[in-house]
Amino acid sequence: MATKKLVDLAKTIRSKNAGTDRITFDIIFREKENYELVKKSGALTKETVCRLYGIPESRIADFVEFDPALAIKFTINRLKPSGSFGEGDVFGCQQYPPLYDIEIPVED
Amino acid sequence: MAKDSIRIISPNGHLGFAPTKEESFYLGAATKPDYYCCDSGSDDIGPVPLGADKCASHPAHQYHDLELMLLKAREQGVPMIIGSAGDTGTNSRVDMYVGFIKDMAKKHNLPPFKLAYFYSEVDKEYLRNKMNNGEKIEGLDGRCDLTIEELDKTERIVAVAGVHPFIKALEMGADVIIGGRTSDACVFAAPAIYEGIPENMAYYTGKVLECASFCCEPYGAKESVIGTVTKDDVKVTAMAPFQRCTPASVAGHAMYERTNPYYEYVAGGMMDMSNCVYEQYDEKTCRITGAEFVPIDGKVKVKLEGSGFVGYRYMGMAGIRDPYTIKNIDKVLEWAKSQVKERRPDDWYEISYRVFGKNGVMGDLEPIKETKSHELLVVVEGVAKTKEVAEEVALVGTRQIFYARLPEVKGTAGTAAFVMDEVVEMSPAYTWTMDHTVEVDDPLELFPITIIEIGE
Repeated sequence: MATKKLVDLAKTIRSKNAGTDRITFDIIFREKENYELVKKSGALTKETVCRLYGIPESRIADFVEFDPALAIKFTINRLKPSGSFGEGDVFGCQQYPPLYDIEIPVED
Repeated sequence: MAKDSIRIISPNGHLGFAPTKEESFYLGAATKPDYYCCDSGSDDIGPVPLGADKCASHPAHQYHDLELMLLKAREQGVPMIIGSAGDTGTNSRVDMYVGFIKDMAKKHNLPPFKLAYFYSEVDKEYLRNKMNNGEKIEGLDGRCDLTIEELDKTERIVAVAGVHPFIKALEMGADVIIGGRTSDACVFAAPAIYEGIPENMAYYTGKVLECASFCCEPYGAKESVIGTVTKDDVKVTAMAPFQRCTPASVAGHAMYERTNPYYEYVAGGMMDMSNCVYEQYDEKTCRITGAEFVPIDGKVKVKLEGSGFVGYRYMGMAGIRDPYTIKNIDKVLEWAKSQVKERRPDDWYEISYRVFGKNGVMGDLEPIKETKSHELLVVVEGVAKTKEVAEEVALVGTRQIFYARLPEVKGTAGTAAFVMDEVVEMSPAYTWTMDHTVEVDDPLELFPITIIEIGE
């Protein structure tokens, strides 16, 4: 089956702090069809996110499909609070790029 | 007599962090809003500003943004409200903003007006007493309840205000309010509630306005937006000529920087956005209905943010181009670490390496395990209880990359390139020790308000 990359289907893919201890990821679509396609594909779920980032499911604080914004949103727990010694991303805003390459199956 | 609708301008999502864009601000001001409101803080900036009691923003930008608002608000004779003064909302930052306002009043020879300000720092002994009396200081986002040990490690604490001190200050007749640390949305919700708008729509108005043009499209920060709130709806309008507020942009913003897109907690209750309806009202305006606010059952819980000192910190940087060294970078860093240990076997210190070109941005979250870059930058940080040790940790930890002993190295005159062969002193390292809540009898008890006359 043919696939498309998430980056080619979504309007916005971003990450940002949600408080001091968490990073939240937003994947927002312009077209309802693309949102529904990704939602139903099973390619962007708690499990696939855990595999991609190499983290246990216990680090996922929330995973939610937010219809009013045509968005899929998930949040992970940081291992140390933002800005702690040795942390590399105070704002948590550069943790999303691996999501770009998620392959979403599409009808031919 | 309650007004039917209130218009509030929000010029900047974080006043002073980057300067307010003037064109859209003046377009908004020309429509004569009822209130000029802006949030000026965040915990996004990490624990250092709160711990060290300094700003993350540049004072010239803070002054610029406050001056734009003050002059227009005083010209119209309407209130101006600022939350989380100076990024952290500590007492010294509130005093600094009060000083700015006094200076502007003099500089522009403004007619007399009333300035109210409130503090939000919390004394450790206040919490210790509560804890000794068996009261819980409840952890947020999966944190444990506060322990005495964590409290002792904390350098500075701020309580995060809800609408209460702002409403009180408006009742006292304030023309300008400078707030300590505040929930962003409450800077806008407070005047709406004060004017008789029901909480449901008042809080949502705050939610949608708090980040200014982040609720617009296309993306462009630091532009003004205006919210028009009635008892039934809020309409948010982009002021920048190139921006619009759309159902997609506003709903998208509603979930920004939060774990869950439907709920947000503030001192006094919870915003419930699960039944919000978004519709295009006109070209530049989105209308939102259906927002709810659920007041807390029982005592008000106030959020606390605390930052604790970890140690003094120095930083070094080393560039690497040799492919053999790049391939063996982990061994190189182990070598450098061992050399630090050899120098300081008995001192407490920590050393951190972030290797850009490998996984410097994402660390363990980086899925790409194979390094393909032809060059690396290693950022070395050393932290210790004294500056002397911290400096030596960073220095040895950086310089020994240059002396790395790899069996087959060909570049025997040095395996690292230095932009500068020195280490630099950074702000000390701090950590977020508290992200908790405390129950209070009176929602004003942590926020003492002072009102003064300016220009007499």
